[in-house]
Amino acid sequence: MSAGLLRYLGARGLRALLTVLGVVTLVFLLVRAVPGDPVDAILGDQASAGDRAALRTALHLDAPLLSQYALFVGDVANGTLGHSFRRSDETVSSLIAQVFPATLALALAAFVIAWLLALPLGSLAAMKRNSAWDTGARAVALFGLAVPSIWLGPLLILLFGVVLRVLPLPGDEDAGLRGLLLPALTIGAALSAVLTRQTRGAMIEVLSEQYILAARARGVSRVKVVFVHGLRNALLPVMTVGAAQLGAVLSGTVITEKIFEREGLGSLFLDAFFARDIPVVQGCVLVVALLYVGVNLAVDVAYGLVDPRVRLS
Amino acid sequence: MSRWRKHLRRLPLGVVLVALFVLAAVFGPLIAPHDPAHIDLAHEYARPSFAHPLGTGDNGTDVLSVLLYGARLAGTIGFLVVALSVLVGTLVGALAGYRGGALDHAVTGVADLVQSFPSVVLNVALLAVVARPGVLHLVVALVANGWVIYARVARGQTLAIREREYIQAARALGMSDARILLRHVLPNLGGPLVIQATSGLGGAILAESTLSFLGLGPGKAASWGALLDQGSSVLLRFPHVALFAGGTIAATVLGFNLAGDWLRDRLDPKD
Repeated sequence: MSAGLLRYLGARGLRALLTVLGVVTLVFLLVRAVPGDPVDAILGDQASAGDRAALRTALHLDAPLLSQYALFVGDVANGTLGHSFRRSDETVSSLIAQVFPATLALALAAFVIAWLLALPLGSLAAMKRNSAWDTGARAVALFGLAVPSIWLGPLLILLFGVVLRVLPLPGDEDAGLRGLLLPALTIGAALSAVLTRQTRGAMIEVLSEQYILAARARGVSRVKVVFVHGLRNALLPVMTVGAAQLGAVLSGTVITEKIFEREGLGSLFLDAFFARDIPVVQGCVLVVALLYVGVNLAVDVAYGLVDPRVRLS
Repeated sequence: MSRWRKHLRRLPLGVVLVALFVLAAVFGPLIAPHDPAHIDLAHEYARPSFAHPLGTGDNGTDVLSVLLYGARLAGTIGFLVVALSVLVGTLVGALAGYRGGALDHAVTGVADLVQSFPSVVLNVALLAVVARPGVLHLVVALVANGWVIYARVARGQTLAIREREYIQAARALGMSDARILLRHVLPNLGGPLVIQATSGLGGAILAESTLSFLGLGPGKAASWGALLDQGSSVLLRFPHVALFAGGTIAATVLGFNLAGDWLRDRLDPKD
């Protein structure tokens, strides 16, 4: 590995670490500013003053802010993320670990559906501009962006679950992968709209390059030129846009987990918010921040490995 | 007559939808057939009828009336969020673009972070700061990520304007930076910001609906998102509530987006 590449990786890693630290501190401070008292939320307002004080001490809510912060950083460092206010026998990280795979599966499925729709459709639209494919691509893009997920979810449930009866309804415990399809499509629709547009644009640009013409002149088939030579080069900008959509996808999981009554990070987060279970709220935001920083770091590193010019910037 | 019809046909869909929304937000409470809080348990979740054109929802409240009153709440929050976001974003973005250097780096870095961080998670975490979120809290939470897009637009425009001759001339005449920004840079940002703000209104209304749908909206006020939430919980038995509430939200968001595109075509013939 060259020194330049190492320096690039080191700088990106350091920046990622600083971002996580910044987010953690910000979340800690924001959540501490809640005027609503978590002790009230847990014990109700009928509890005696003694019980309140005992719980307050047990939860370290009476400690100075700085030592609470030190405790929190310690909890982050030892990987437990602290204990839930409501279920003190559970560490926050074990609560998150129980639901995280469900959310990860949902987010991945949304990305897969979006890519499966966007790559062929965007490529075909670029290949045959102003054809039916192009119109179709435009329709997908318009529909995906115009229909908000809070409405698309219920619509999909009604269409596929009630009218056509081909996919399981929300709350079906043993739906398995089939139960993942509608929530993933709810998130993936907007994503595929963005990616279809991006793929079409990138492909049009790449297909006008000299090397595409050269490949055609050498007798490489049109399909092979588009999907092997073209798509490979168009993929880089599309990947960037895809990674930038991670935030929207994670927002989408919060919404769809509610619509489809699924367990996950989003429902855990909302649930903890309403109960003012501060450690769990904090833990969820931290995990989301880590995920976000991790994916961006991975994309940065992949870029640096693939394209040496990127390392200079 | 035929000429009038021709004009009507040319009226873009976006403008029509936005006009309908504005009418509902301004006159909604006057034309609403019922009090949106009126409880009529005997007719809970009734299908659309003459008395209730869009049916009834939870506790027999009239869906059309809730939607009409909700338009005012959506409009108020949308307008406040966009106005504050434009104000904050333009100032920050113009300053970053004009000054460049470390300030520009810092602003771009924060903007990148805020823009790609899940907005719902950020909004919810911010709303956790208050015990009972009201309209103002919702506005502040939404401005927290709303300003970024305007900062980007303002920064980009300022970078282009900064090198123009009239700015160099003003500098040569010894004008202060603040005066150049206020008198020469900001007035030239208008067009792109108006275009962005138009579609931004749709985005802000959708964000308000989403947070209300998640149960974080301002209390008992008639809200589209809260109505959609109610409708979703009885979706399988009484789909009309969710269909009408979601359709209204979708049509409004689409309207503002189309109106933004239409403005872009009109104001910026170069594109």
